[in-house]
Amino acid sequence: MISVENIDKSFTLHTQGGVSYSVLEGVSFRVKPGECLVLNGPSGAGKSTLLRALYANYKVDRGHILIRHNDQQIDITEAEPRAILAIRRSTVGYVSQFLRTIPRVSALDVVAEPLLGLGVEQDVAYEQACTLLERLHIPERLFHLAPATFSGGEQQRINIARGFLPGYPVMLLDEPTASLDARNRQVVVELIEEAKARGAAIVGIFHDEEVREAVATDYLEMTALESAA
Amino acid sequence: MSPELDQSQPLLTVNGLSHYYGSQLGCSNVGFDLYPGEVLGIVGESGSGKSTLLKCLSAVLPPSEGEVIYRDRTGLPHDIYQISESARRMLRRTDWGVVEQNPRDGLRLGVSAGANIGERMMAVGARHYGGIRSEAESWLDKVEIDLGRIDDLPTTFSGGMQQRLQIARNLVTRPRLIFMDEPTGGLDVSVQARLLDLLRGLVAELGLSVIIVTHDLAVARLLSHRLMVMQRGQVVESGLTDQVLDDPQHPYTQLLVSSVLLP
Repeated sequence: MISVENIDKSFTLHTQGGVSYSVLEGVSFRVKPGECLVLNGPSGAGKSTLLRALYANYKVDRGHILIRHNDQQIDITEAEPRAILAIRRSTVGYVSQFLRTIPRVSALDVVAEPLLGLGVEQDVAYEQACTLLERLHIPERLFHLAPATFSGGEQQRINIARGFLPGYPVMLLDEPTASLDARNRQVVVELIEEAKARGAAIVGIFHDEEVREAVATDYLEMTALESAA
Repeated sequence: MSPELDQSQPLLTVNGLSHYYGSQLGCSNVGFDLYPGEVLGIVGESGSGKSTLLKCLSAVLPPSEGEVIYRDRTGLPHDIYQISESARRMLRRTDWGVVEQNPRDGLRLGVSAGANIGERMMAVGARHYGGIRSEAESWLDKVEIDLGRIDDLPTTFSGGMQQRLQIARNLVTRPRLIFMDEPTGGLDVSVQARLLDLLRGLVAELGLSVIIVTHDLAVARLLSHRLMVMQRGQVVESGLTDQVLDDPQHPYTQLLVSSVLLP
């Protein structure tokens, strides 16, 4: 489902004297349906950068990232914006550490939106969204409020619901359990196991060792690179 | 997002577009394709050439060089500066909409709100008074203007209401392509937010293609699928909106992004 070939990623900060540093060098791996690759390494090793590159949110300097979309292998490092948006709509889901949503939109709308974008009937989408939010122990009184005022853990669960609801074939998870209590961590582990069972290819970052060991089928060890000025 | 996004024919194709004001450069060698359902944001500071480019694209300012090809509803391509003036006018009235920064430039101030909407319908052949009136009412409702104001002059409206009326006037003929120049400029933040919500909803619901010029990166992030960053008449960077804003490559884009104050 995912094939990463020899990617490099560096950042050049033109506003800070043109300092340049390398974050990823020659990274390659493959993830098949039903597998969960866990990115392992200290902070600053480029785990989140790699995940963002897989979502085409960051641009790589070199190499290829192939994603299977509608029975075609697409290199997202070369794809047009509209192709990437189509891939994000139906193939790749991304759960970030922090909720970045549009203000003034209710939690329920945030969660149901990707399903509606796939053409799912409104009633069905909202019903499924409610079921998943309940499973993640979000109190019903919050459903119709904008998540901006929610606690960190609540926002994270809204984010998880939004990412898991459409059943994407590829899932990218950036510390989805970071601010959750044991009960909700367990729900997320179950959601990941269900996604694997239906054949999703998953790449994730998990600081919680218990979660990591529960879901990982493989590890990618990462280390921070020497920075070059 | 509109399912139309997957259609393979571009709605608008721009090749080698440049405009000079005498020896002064307006915009230089701009080229891109815009597909159905796509929202393209053009960002940059004032004087970067983004408004000049928008004028060239929307058939009001003939470019010094280059071409703008529009594909009509039957799939036929038209070079918009090669067709007759009347054909161009018809296009601007039917298939296209232009939302001006100052609603006073896009509205007729001497006639009622209802007439502002009805006038555009009559320009494309609507004649039945009852039909026009009820369509005008439905559009006022869509843009959240109280139906009791239908016979009032736009000069009695607030800035935000005028802007919403301008949007209704543009959308009533079901255009396929909308040009917007700083549509939220000059409005209070709360009014701006409401207008953005409205625009976002309408664009998705109607599957519109939009080219929007703004200096506000938050507006660009909220509304556009992809971005073009302009500096001194040149497009210095372009790509997927979140990629350009989260991982800007060009020094000027990095400067723009790092200059935004977060509340």
